[in-house]
Amino acid sequence: MSHQTPERAWGYAAEFTTPAAITAAAKKVAGAGYRWWDCHTPFPVHGLDTAMGVKPTILPIIVFFGGLTGTMLAIFLQVFTNSLQVDLWAIVPVIGYQFEVSGKPLISGPAFIPVLFELTVLLSALTTVGAMLLLNGLPMFYHPVLKSPKLARITDDRFFLVIESRDPEFADEKTRAFLESLDPVSVVELES
Amino acid sequence: MKRIDLSNDVLNLGAFGGRLFVGSGVLGLVLLAVAWGLGGSGSQDAFMKSWLFAFLVAVAVSLGALFFVMLQHLVKAGWSVTVRRLAEGIAANLSWVWILFIPIAWYVYSGNGGGLFPWADADAVAHDHLLHEKAPYLNTGFWLIRAFVFFIVWALLARFYFGQSRSQDATGDVSCTNRMQRFAPVAMILYAITQTFASYDWLMSLQPKWFSTMFGVYFFAMCLTGFFSCLIVLIWFLQRSGRMVEAITREHVHDLGKLLFAFGVVFWAYIAYSQYMLIWYANLPIETSWFFPRHLGEWYWVSIILIWGHFLLPFVLLVSRWTKRWQGPMVLIAAWMICIFLIDVYWVVMPVVPEAAIAAATSYDQLAADVDSGAVSIGWSLNAVDFLLPVGMLSLLLSGTMFNLRRCSLVPVSDPRLDESLAFENY
Repeated sequence: MSHQTPERAWGYAAEFTTPAAITAAAKKVAGAGYRWWDCHTPFPVHGLDTAMGVKPTILPIIVFFGGLTGTMLAIFLQVFTNSLQVDLWAIVPVIGYQFEVSGKPLISGPAFIPVLFELTVLLSALTTVGAMLLLNGLPMFYHPVLKSPKLARITDDRFFLVIESRDPEFADEKTRAFLESLDPVSVVELES
Repeated sequence: MKRIDLSNDVLNLGAFGGRLFVGSGVLGLVLLAVAWGLGGSGSQDAFMKSWLFAFLVAVAVSLGALFFVMLQHLVKAGWSVTVRRLAEGIAANLSWVWILFIPIAWYVYSGNGGGLFPWADADAVAHDHLLHEKAPYLNTGFWLIRAFVFFIVWALLARFYFGQSRSQDATGDVSCTNRMQRFAPVAMILYAITQTFASYDWLMSLQPKWFSTMFGVYFFAMCLTGFFSCLIVLIWFLQRSGRMVEAITREHVHDLGKLLFAFGVVFWAYIAYSQYMLIWYANLPIETSWFFPRHLGEWYWVSIILIWGHFLLPFVLLVSRWTKRWQGPMVLIAAWMICIFLIDVYWVVMPVVPEAAIAAATSYDQLAADVDSGAVSIGWSLNAVDFLLPVGMLSLLLSGTMFNLRRCSLVPVSDPRLDESLAFENY
């Protein structure tokens, strides 16, 4: 069965040799109104995020609610197991393990705080990792940028700025010419 | 990466420092003298206790500064270079702050210390088995020798770091940095031991039968709360006078805010709570005795103020990034933290366990009622002296800091990591 792949490139990658060059180029790309584009560097380049106009992540807000869930869960778990006494649907009697320890009340705040603290931290941490993976679309087993051997030096000493063809501003020749105007070492066409 | 040029920045105190040294020094001495005049009419024990409280405020801020300086060298920190000189200047006060200790030392040495430290009362020790057993450690002679050792160690450490750092300004010799870094682990151990035992000697032994292994760490949290909030306010003050405007950026204040949040708010609460919970859980009379007066009368409300003012409120205010990067609110929060730090020291020093009243009491409720009616005193005697003394000693501390920094640059200009610190940004 013959399968015709579209001729259109997945995107274009412009190659730079210094952090300063890619930072300057990133400013211009952000200014030109592109949205589906990224910078690939061998190490974190300070100031690149600002140059790219990357918006602050919503991760902290998600983590806040993750932590809050942990707090609530801890309160519920302890109050429930220590002291709750209800009849579920008026049929099933549910009685907590009401065990008095050294004369303390069944619901005693100070004793609950360590569990409350730990569960808050645990759920915050898990939410951070989980939400980070989701927001980044990870795990990702294939990415076109990794296909081209010309881009292998991303992990060594080259800086690549990639504009994807799904960007609404993307126009084959125009984008290529635009990238070339940024003064890169070369412009590479990427297959999907 | 941005590069900051310091050539247009004012990096010395000049005549401003001299004026502040004299002004704040005179103010401090006047306040101490007025307090001395007012306190002379009341009981000497009460005055000496207020003095101890104020002295600990001054010593805690300086100790926090010393820790900060050593920590930067221990971890070879780059970001903090521009704020380190100010910390060195505050820490260098440790070479004279022992003068403020002399009245307390004299009071204990002359045999009147019983009203302050029960173990210093020879009669009480003779009649109390537990105090008698503790006497090999808690006796006037050894206590004075230990205080002497603490001050020597602190003065040497502070002078060493301040001296090396200043001599590097002139020579640009990297070996100064190497020397400070090599010595940092030893210095840190010396600091940890002296600071812990100082807290046992001057704070914990106010109630000699009580003990807590967490107490040294609690005092450490106090030191850092006091220091970081004072440093943030001092930076704001110097920048308002047109100094270090370029050298200290929003990034440095942001990081100091993080440290205040970490040590002064979260770590403090963690330590205070750990100490409280273990004692509350075990519920042993000898351990709960420390919290006993702090649960009653006015002290109860001070405890509540500490929970809210030292933890919950600043936690909410400082947890976000943007408040720490906004200097105005950050300075207000730091000023608030100085006040709450004073309250914290006051709360640790002043309450008294009325041993006789406890022995005579038939029940907790009866004792609580006696405290409420005023028949039993638990050390609540807030008066003008308690305000004048700490403010006076903080003025002296400011004066001493200005004196220390009067002739040197406010930034270690030849530090090998200065460029890193100037270019530093939080991501």
